Amino acid sequence: MSLLSIKNLEVHFSTPDGTVTAVNKLNFSLEAGQTLGIVGESGSGKSQTAFALMGLLAKNGKVSGEATFDGKSIVGLSEKELNRIRSEKIAMIFQDPMTSLNPYMRVGEQLMEVLMLHKGMTKADAFEESVRMLDAVKMPEARKRMKMFPHEFSGGMRQRVMIAMALLCRPQLLIADEPTTALDVTVQAQIMTLLSELQRDFNTAIIMITHDLGVVAGICDKVLVMYAGRTMEYGSARDIFYRPSHPYTQGLLSAIPRLDSDDMAALPTIPGNPPNLLKLPQGCPFQDRCQHVSDICRYSEPELITTSDQRQRACHWLAEEQA
Amino acid sequence: MLKFVFKRLIEAIPTLLVLILVSFVLMHAAPGSPFTGERSLPPEILANIEAKYGLDQPLYVQFFHYLGGLLQGDLGPSFKYKDFSVNELVGQSFPVSAEIGLWAFLTAVVLGVLFGVVAALKQNTWVDYGVMSLAMTGVVIPSFVLAPLLVLIFAVHLRWLPAGGWNGGEWMYMLLPVLAMAAHYISSIARIMRGSMIEIMHSNFIRTARAKGLPAGYIIWRHALKPALLPVISYLGPAFVGIITGSVVIETIFGLPGIGQLFVNGSLNRDYSMVLGITVLIGALTIMFNAIVDIMYAYIDPKIRY
Repeated sequence: MSLLSIKNLEVHFSTPDGTVTAVNKLNFSLEAGQTLGIVGESGSGKSQTAFALMGLLAKNGKVSGEATFDGKSIVGLSEKELNRIRSEKIAMIFQDPMTSLNPYMRVGEQLMEVLMLHKGMTKADAFEESVRMLDAVKMPEARKRMKMFPHEFSGGMRQRVMIAMALLCRPQLLIADEPTTALDVTVQAQIMTLLSELQRDFNTAIIMITHDLGVVAGICDKVLVMYAGRTMEYGSARDIFYRPSHPYTQGLLSAIPRLDSDDMAALPTIPGNPPNLLKLPQGCPFQDRCQHVSDICRYSEPELITTSDQRQRACHWLAEEQA
Repeated sequence: MLKFVFKRLIEAIPTLLVLILVSFVLMHAAPGSPFTGERSLPPEILANIEAKYGLDQPLYVQFFHYLGGLLQGDLGPSFKYKDFSVNELVGQSFPVSAEIGLWAFLTAVVLGVLFGVVAALKQNTWVDYGVMSLAMTGVVIPSFVLAPLLVLIFAVHLRWLPAGGWNGGEWMYMLLPVLAMAAHYISSIARIMRGSMIEIMHSNFIRTARAKGLPAGYIIWRHALKPALLPVISYLGPAFVGIITGSVVIETIFGLPGIGQLFVNGSLNRDYSMVLGITVLIGALTIMFNAIVDIMYAYIDPKIRY
């Protein structure tokens, strides 16, 4: 049985202009110790998927569908039940380490409170355990840093604190919501290395939400490509990278600059912008930006089908070609 | 931290000096003198009296004389109450004002913060709308309107509380003045607190705290309250000044023997030393309080401390 399995997960927001479906009929599963990459542009619903799993949606947000974690449903839980899962079973790190730590509390206190509240540790034990975890995320002079405030840390160091904080209770699943977006490139690489080392040591499953395909290639076992809240393509990282089959995935991959290419031509981009979720066109949400658009895409939304090589894809173009 | 406190206290001295100079000059520039009355005194007697109080000397001599006395803690003799020094009169009235002011201040802070937090946590529900419309009413009704209204309701119609007087500081006598004084500040603080609490509750670090599985009450108490209080603390300086100056009106309406009444009578009587003395006292308190506010601010926000 999978550690996490998601069936028909949907997230709706009621807004003054109507209901927005931020996540639409999402399906995926994740085994213990594995990494799933969720890729997509801003507004594709990747973060909202994570918030839905953690019960962190904004007040006007509603989740429907199934999400089973470790054999138990985690959709529609009360705040109290959620608090027994958060940190202990599923932990999360965020996009912006600069604002995700409380600037008015010492870093040590913010680490220790997790252990004291979830594990009932004494202050002294929680302190020692927090120091050990800071050591584990390669924080130099961990003991001294416990007494410092977040503004005395660099961005990379703050993200290390966030990671240490997330791993304190040894969760089975870590959701990383664009953990390296706000960091510079060398620090990005350090954080990614750290995450994969920690994953190996603690056997934590990771959901890596990102728009950086390089990140996905490095550590993910499976990749889910999202667009307008829907699954475009879902399969093993190998397949998605070496044989992308959906026009959107192909577009994303060709938009990555390559060092081994002599071609000095302009970097290809996907023209246009993601559609407004309040006014989705009839048919495929990607139709206006797709190179392979045909008449059927204008009126019928492609179903997600499982192909012969065990990946899932929602596209008319290839369905025709294969038929 | 100690250096910060020390620096803040040193900075207060020039401010206080300017305050004394300006009030001294203004006081003497105002037409009339303590001894002009309906019945004019013979010039010889007037000259004698003025010589006794040093009023015949040039203004700068008088100023330095006053400053000299002030340094020794002497506010000079009252020009109106012949047998009393300003120190004695202020010494009698100040405890009354301080007690009422302090209660009003504490009420404003405690209730204001409480209402603000409740409104923020129940944002856009009837609780929020109720608290906020009450607060809006409190902000727009001035204390000199509210005080007589309170007297009308609670003293005249319901006969629950006395309409005025001090009676040695019995709580029944303090209730209405304290409420009249605090109402505006309860409302302002509630509005400020609501706004900042809502903002903090939507910030990323509160989302982190929720993702950590901390209980809601703990998050509010340990993570949100301190940063949400910062705007309220900045407002405490002006609020303190407002309560002190407002006490002049409230003490007159309720007939309380505080420095507010002393101040009003002193101004009407051109009692130079009395008005100056109270001005200096209030000025010093204001400066001191603002310094305390700054120190509190630095205590809460670690980014200011260093």
